[in-house]
Amino acid sequence: MPSSSSSGATAPFADPASSALSEAAALPVQQAAVWEPFLPWMVVLLPLLGFVANGLLALVSATRSAAAVRAGGTEDSLSLDGGRPRTHRWPTYIGPGVMIAAFLLAIVNFAGMLGADLHEPVVAGPYWTWLATSSLRIDVALHLDQLSMIMMLVVTGVGSLIHVFSVGYMRDDPGYPRYFAYLNLFVFFMLVLVLGAGYPLMFVGWEGVGLCSYLLIGYWFADREKADAGKKAFIVNRIGDFGFLLAMFLLFDNIGALDFVSVFEGAEAAFSDNRALVTTATLLFMLGAAGKSAQVPLHVWLPDAMAGPTPVSALIHAATMVTAGVYVIARSSALFALAPASQAVVAGIGALTALLAATIALRQYDIKKVLAYSTVSQLGFMFLAAGVGAYTAAVFHLVTHAFFKALLFLGAGAVIHSLHHAFHETGSKADAQDMRNMGGLRAKMPVTWAVMGIATLAIAGVWPLAGFFSKDEIIWYAGAWAGAPGNANGSWYVVFWVVALATALLTAFYMTRLMVMTFHGRSRLGDAEQRHVHDSPWVMRAPLIVLAVLSVAGGLLNVPESLRVLVFGAAPFEWLHHWLEPVTHAAAEIQVAGMGEAAHQSPVGGGELTWALISTVAALAVVGGAFAVLRKRLYRTAAEDADPRTGLALALERKWYFDEAYDRAVVRPVLALSRWCWKIVDGIVIDGFVNLAAALARLAGWTTSLFHTGQVNTYAFVLALGVLAVLGAVYLP
Amino acid sequence: MTSLLASVAYETWILHFLVLGPVAGMIHVLASPAERAKRIALGWSVAVFAASTGLWWAFEPGAGFAFRFATPWISLWGVEYALGLDGISLFMVLLSTLTTPVVVLASFRYVATRQKAFYALVMLLAAGVSGVFLATDVFLFYVFFELTLVPMYFIVGIWGGERRIYAAVKFFLYTALGSLLMLVAILYVYFSAGTGSFSYEAFLAADLTLTEQLWLFAAFAAAFAIKVPVFPLHTWLPDAHVEAPTPGSVVLAAVLLKIGAYGFLRFLLPLFPDAVQHPAVTATMLALGTAGIVYAAWVAAVQPDAKKLVAYTSVAHMGFVVVGVFALTVNGLQGGLMVMLSHGVSTGALFLLLGMMYERRHTRRIEDFGGLARVAPLFSTAFVITALASIGLPGTSGFVGEFLALLGLFERHPVVAAVAATGVIFAAYYMLPMVQKILFNELDKPENRSFPDLSRREAVVLAPLVALMIWVGVHPAPFLERMGPSVEAVLEQVDRDAGVLLEAVEPGVGAALEQVEPGTGAVLEQVSQSAIGAVSPPPASDDIARAAERDATATGNTGQASRGAAEPGAGGRETPERRP
Repeated sequence: MPSSSSSGATAPFADPASSALSEAAALPVQQAAVWEPFLPWMVVLLPLLGFVANGLLALVSATRSAAAVRAGGTEDSLSLDGGRPRTHRWPTYIGPGVMIAAFLLAIVNFAGMLGADLHEPVVAGPYWTWLATSSLRIDVALHLDQLSMIMMLVVTGVGSLIHVFSVGYMRDDPGYPRYFAYLNLFVFFMLVLVLGAGYPLMFVGWEGVGLCSYLLIGYWFADREKADAGKKAFIVNRIGDFGFLLAMFLLFDNIGALDFVSVFEGAEAAFSDNRALVTTATLLFMLGAAGKSAQVPLHVWLPDAMAGPTPVSALIHAATMVTAGVYVIARSSALFALAPASQAVVAGIGALTALLAATIALRQYDIKKVLAYSTVSQLGFMFLAAGVGAYTAAVFHLVTHAFFKALLFLGAGAVIHSLHHAFHETGSKADAQDMRNMGGLRAKMPVTWAVMGIATLAIAGVWPLAGFFSKDEIIWYAGAWAGAPGNANGSWYVVFWVVALATALLTAFYMTRLMVMTFHGRSRLGDAEQRHVHDSPWVMRAPLIVLAVLSVAGGLLNVPESLRVLVFGAAPFEWLHHWLEPVTHAAAEIQVAGMGEAAHQSPVGGGELTWALISTVAALAVVGGAFAVLRKRLYRTAAEDADPRTGLALALERKWYFDEAYDRAVVRPVLALSRWCWKIVDGIVIDGFVNLAAALARLAGWTTSLFHTGQVNTYAFVLALGVLAVLGAVYLP
Repeated sequence: MTSLLASVAYETWILHFLVLGPVAGMIHVLASPAERAKRIALGWSVAVFAASTGLWWAFEPGAGFAFRFATPWISLWGVEYALGLDGISLFMVLLSTLTTPVVVLASFRYVATRQKAFYALVMLLAAGVSGVFLATDVFLFYVFFELTLVPMYFIVGIWGGERRIYAAVKFFLYTALGSLLMLVAILYVYFSAGTGSFSYEAFLAADLTLTEQLWLFAAFAAAFAIKVPVFPLHTWLPDAHVEAPTPGSVVLAAVLLKIGAYGFLRFLLPLFPDAVQHPAVTATMLALGTAGIVYAAWVAAVQPDAKKLVAYTSVAHMGFVVVGVFALTVNGLQGGLMVMLSHGVSTGALFLLLGMMYERRHTRRIEDFGGLARVAPLFSTAFVITALASIGLPGTSGFVGEFLALLGLFERHPVVAAVAATGVIFAAYYMLPMVQKILFNELDKPENRSFPDLSRREAVVLAPLVALMIWVGVHPAPFLERMGPSVEAVLEQVDRDAGVLLEAVEPGVGAALEQVEPGTGAVLEQVSQSAIGAVSPPPASDDIARAAERDATATGNTGQASRGAAEPGAGGRETPERRP
């Protein structure tokens, strides 16, 4: 496959002061990239091949079980006792196999890029021309730069771990090959999303991951609720996709191309005189991002998406797909930097989402729902970071969140898997995801307890775990931008800063609650069930341990100078920041030119180290306090817990009534309007006209038929009248 | 391939074979015993399709008609039997030659009575449709146009459902009314051209005033708009689809609806350019197209009858064609054509799938199904892929057309494009609930437990369509490349004298329209502005100044540089002409 380097996407912004004049010709000539990517297309292709192979096996297997169902059996009649059929053995190797191969290939490329000191993106391809008319040309090519490399590593790396975990988790599911087919397909589209060399290709991945999310949420499609959840996710996502489409049109209309290199080269010239256009375009991208990343008010699909298998929640709805919104904003940083108003909206939506979701998480009982709202909240943090121009912080938190949230979901999956098994064995009808039915599992599942404990401390922001560094950086930048001299919306950023601080503390609280309700206190399982609860097999335990290590060490990716003392100087100075600099420096320069340098202290004074210490002490205090209080509390099982909730507790349990509000304000009116269009407009108005016309025609026919009496006398009379009339007309004046 | 085709003198006989082959097939069917009818029809239709695939290689993309042939037919009036093929008709012809064998094969079990008559009519329909797309003599076009009406009327009226007579008559009256108006208009142009010829070129050369153009446009548009169908002339379609037998529905959706849109491209735009560019006309057509997209999607979403639901989605899809065509941009027209192609494949396949459901369960009500994915995985896979292509998922054929059509529309009328783009949301809103209610959910109805999966014949019927959906979605460039020059030729015709247009712009029209359809007023403003810009020197607005600066190398001196900016070096072609 050919690969060619291209000129830097970011170079035209080298001198933002002379915006209109900075044309391509004025580019400072940079050295050509010396790095040749190694089979980058293979990284994308491998999961697709996995999909094809697993998909064929799935069709074979489904055809067999369909025959069983037609013969009067049930789906479970696909007996696994007499040895697993081939269709259920091969995916074990194909599914994770292609992922691990892709990951290794990604590492080879990463190592290459690491040694190359690359300042410009490398465009691999074009492999073929996708769309071409006389005014438009969209090539299929891969955009390889520091940002897409990080995403590729996260997607294939965390993806591999989750594929391996799935081997254990989904082992006894009749749809095993179908599961791996969908999962492989998802990774394929996710890689298209992060590697595609332009917005249209990104959109292919964007809608493709939405499709896989739909298929996997509704994986157990026979359950109406689960199928409904998948449908809801797809439709809400399409609202965002609508924004993405229009944003592309707007860019094309003004820049004349949609590949990243051309767009970022031409953006400043195209939009320097008309900031309203770039603001519109970025807000439309934000709409798309809000749909995909479940930001308020389009967040409603993500909690429902927990209907899918738990590894799916870990991969798609925590680690990768839902971060696509953050990715598109980081990728478009050069556009967002031109539109400060859009940035404020991104930050505001992010802060609002972070807070709202965190409050809802306080009162959820389903362990996956708590994690889902936690994910929404953490995504809000990432948006807040992107909104204050701290793209490194956004990507940093994206990476560390991928580690600890995937770990939390997989840990929760291990718990659910074990409880489900226990309830199944004892014939209990209890909900295996309801934390009210858990408690005291620490003794039975020590490994799961330990890794989830690490993840909890990481997300709570306790030193020295990954979340501490990444979250701290976001909070810090939110406050710092409030003090930037040219920031007209400074007071808003103070609000964002306070919200972020408060949310961090809420996070520490609800995560401690989750740990206590699940692992500590009195066990709310029966004795019979207790006997069946145990840690997971090694195929599931190993990925948990790897993710736990990453959740501990991930923070070292980007330790700021002032905090290096906290890790005893054992980390390179802001590695991620420097790594991403070629991607983000254009935006940073525009931003600094517009607003000035960010302040070097928080809105109420104090340096970064001070606040880092304050925040970790506060997080520890919340974790410790909540632990001390909650573990003494006697929770009742879901069946016994019948107290009616009132006031705030009810509002939180009902998730601030978002679903109810949408139902009244959107779903039902649109349905009513649709019915009205059908019954009234189509049925009565339009067909009324048609039938009226037909009736008139018939009436005319009937009237004329009156003269067809068949009597010669009448005809003669009419004839005579006619003759007279004609004569009269001729001879009378 | 090309040399092989040349060695059999392919270009000399292929167009005749496309029209006369099905006729020969029809005669063969009629002359044979009834039990052999379906195999004979299949043989002929496969032969015609196989022959037509050579067009993919033999057709050289370029402006004007290829493989032209003309011989006098009614010399008294100057009517000729004249055929030709260009990039617009190429894919319509291929779509219809593919549809015929698919339909014949799909009818093997569905049609049990009067087989001889049925297959003869299908072959006649195939001949008529080929003729419509190939005729380069306007009178001949009209004859074929009417000829398609008759077999369809009988197919619905004889092999249809319970209310088949009502549906057939409604279909016939609607379309016949439209085509009569068109006949009058054809005769008017014929006499005012005064060349004594019905040839397409003679019609193009006719010198018509704006008022004449507006009236003639209205008459032609009526015929085509009913056929498309454009909202609010669509109510015959759901009835016809529901009552028609599966093969009828498939032909109707895949091919017959395309005749209307083809008419837009072939006749309306080139023959009446001033009328087409008249702001009120553009605004009306865009408003109706957009209304069709949104309105039909809403109505589709609440249909209890699966076939009716899909019928309404046809109206929505064809709305994309209408807005794409009347955007009058290269991307819009190409997009419109791609939507036509994709709709033919995906909606045709949907009707086939619904027909298979009907054959098994004798019901079309969505609520009678549920959980089919458990008993019919192959069927469900085909259904899901087809549904996704229908709602325009990227990577399937549906996306390519919708993307280009909306992009082309946005270049001229961003606000309308924004409204039309809500169609992507509503598409999910009508399609996914149906997919869920039929394929997913609990398998709770005992009748569905014995639902057989695809038979080998059915798999053969669906496989080429599913393959096409993905092929066109992944690699549409060869399709676009073949359409390109012909589409640009149409736009050149529209542009040939834009000067007349300026007189037509009357202030106040926008306000009047505002009341009819909110939002179009703004569009109209833009239309008038760009129309003015096209003739007067460019106003010193930022927009145009910037565009000119950006494309300083291009010939931006006409003041038309603001929209549809060229991508330098696109596909190695010359820089395209800029459009106002």
